[in-house]
Amino acid sequence: MSSSRIAKAFQNGKAFIAFLTGGDPTLAKSEEFIYEMIAGGADLIEIGVPFSDPIAEGEVIQRANLRALQAGATLPKLFDLVARVRQKSEIPLVFLTYLNPVFRYGYAAFFQKCREVGLDGVIIPDLPAEEQEEACVFARQEGVDVISLIAPTSAARVRKIAESATGFLYVVSSMGVTGVRGEISTNLAPMLQLARSVSGIPVAIGFGIGTPAQAHAMAQLADGAIVGSALVRLVEQHGEAAGAHLRRFVAEMKAAVSGGDESAAQVS
Amino acid sequence: MSKGRYGTFGGQYIPETLMNEIHALEEAYAKYKDDPDFNAELDTLLREYAGRPSLLYYAEKMTAALGGAKVYLKREDLNHTGSHKINNVLGQALLAKRMGKRRIIAETGAGQHGVATATAAALLDLECEIFMGREDTERQVLNVYRMELLGATVHPVDSGTKTLKDAVNETMREWVARTADTHYLLGSVMGPHPFPLIVRDFQSVISKEAREQILQLEGKLPAAVLACVGGGSNAMGMFFNFIPDAGVRLIGCEAAGLGVETPQNAATIANGSLGVFHGMKSYFCQDDQGQIAPVYSISAGLDYPGIGPEHAWLHDSGRAEYVPVTDEEAVAAFEFLAQTEGIICAIESAHAVAYARKLVPQIPKGESVILCLSGRGDKDVAAIARYRGVQVHE
Repeated sequence: MSSSRIAKAFQNGKAFIAFLTGGDPTLAKSEEFIYEMIAGGADLIEIGVPFSDPIAEGEVIQRANLRALQAGATLPKLFDLVARVRQKSEIPLVFLTYLNPVFRYGYAAFFQKCREVGLDGVIIPDLPAEEQEEACVFARQEGVDVISLIAPTSAARVRKIAESATGFLYVVSSMGVTGVRGEISTNLAPMLQLARSVSGIPVAIGFGIGTPAQAHAMAQLADGAIVGSALVRLVEQHGEAAGAHLRRFVAEMKAAVSGGDESAAQVS
Repeated sequence: MSKGRYGTFGGQYIPETLMNEIHALEEAYAKYKDDPDFNAELDTLLREYAGRPSLLYYAEKMTAALGGAKVYLKREDLNHTGSHKINNVLGQALLAKRMGKRRIIAETGAGQHGVATATAAALLDLECEIFMGREDTERQVLNVYRMELLGATVHPVDSGTKTLKDAVNETMREWVARTADTHYLLGSVMGPHPFPLIVRDFQSVISKEAREQILQLEGKLPAAVLACVGGGSNAMGMFFNFIPDAGVRLIGCEAAGLGVETPQNAATIANGSLGVFHGMKSYFCQDDQGQIAPVYSISAGLDYPGIGPEHAWLHDSGRAEYVPVTDEEAVAAFEFLAQTEGIICAIESAHAVAYARKLVPQIPKGESVILCLSGRGDKDVAAIARYRGVQVHE
């Protein structure tokens, strides 16, 4: 059983998926920022669970993890945050978390808590397909999606990954860690085509997207675009006053992913 | 359960971007590990370049001082580049070349693995980039320069605790960005499968030689073998061929820093708990939220919050014992070995010397004990002087 809320995120035209690190700069501010991003038109919110050693993150999100940990963000507090947001909004919510905090919480307790608070899915960057089952057996019981990732190096693995994927497929745009890139040069079309031939679930592209033009181009290839570092950078720049900036930027990005083909030529 | 398991430990917990490359490494290793040409080339390098076999030295004065079993030192410190690290580095560098890589990247703590990697890169015409915690680059200034002399680029790492764990993070980040021409030459029996297996196999030459040498010298197996443990590569190498010999105690000596009861230690078996980090399921020093703990040891090479998965399994199965050794005990052992045997060993290895001083008097004189002297201590002299409050100019 897959989350119906995640499916809905992709029913409002191309989806814009917005990331922020939970608890950066404070838990209360994160909650406010989530409402601002919803107001800006985000279709799905990805909340990063801060971790001491985020090996898939670039410097911007590394620093956000540090700020959040210093402000006292923990997994239990982020579950409380999700519960509060859920009382006010039906927006799909997923965690981006490294495996160890989940493992320490306990898989059974973790996914039960996800269901209780209304968290729809989890992205775990250090849990590849080969290792997923130890967590997925509990996730399935609770109807929580463990989102599968596809990377530029996944050509030989796409079929297997897509077959068992639930929620949406997270396509990593390029090699490397998270962070805004000047250009995204990976030829993603063949990979996306293969994924779609195997799985009917939506596909979203993330990593490196920082401008409306990039978001637009990625949304032409997929069902949605995921943006993290560009939003987190706004939090870093504006601190507690980032809310209005986030809303404006999300609105701009949502318009870009929703827009027609005409602006795509600028970025290819 | 996935591949590369030791009981529940091990696995391949890494980003999807690296999975294809890790599988390519598994395939390459499976292809070459029994390949006669590959092994002939490696054997030649180990013999003629690294100086193997390493001596098994009877430490007569240390034995007399301790008044128990005969103490033998497996002299990995006499290898080229001054530590056991060269055993694994030469193997992996040859493998990387067979895989068509032209660039190697590696983490280093004390700098021993970095120096060995930079050395192999110079010899085998590979580009080399080393990631080293900023704090370690300051603790081991000479090793940084040594690596640069050998043609490597050294990147100081400023994230996190600025030590070995963060160097591993940064090397993984670099590998995620560039796999096509780059091999991550991981330095210990840790990380995702197949690294714990590959590194153990290349380091097992230590116990293969030591077992033959002790049988020749003593006509029987030792009562115990000892080695220091951070990630655990010299210990796995020292233990491996003795694992089937049930009568031989296998003892790993962990860095207890200022003491296992203080927050300033790196004793993973004593203080860690089960977790998943750096690609493997194993024991880690961590808090109750699963955040990896900032660990501490005077020894940069043991200053790591985890332990290789095969060690975790050897511990749980009861086959090996792991004991904590403090900074103070290690420094005293460093001085003891220098003064009794005229050998300045690495501060890492001194952790095993320290425990030998407690253990050996309890083992009867007719028995023997082998201690793996994993590295030489030139790199540590300045730090020991600082520890003792002595001013020296490097």
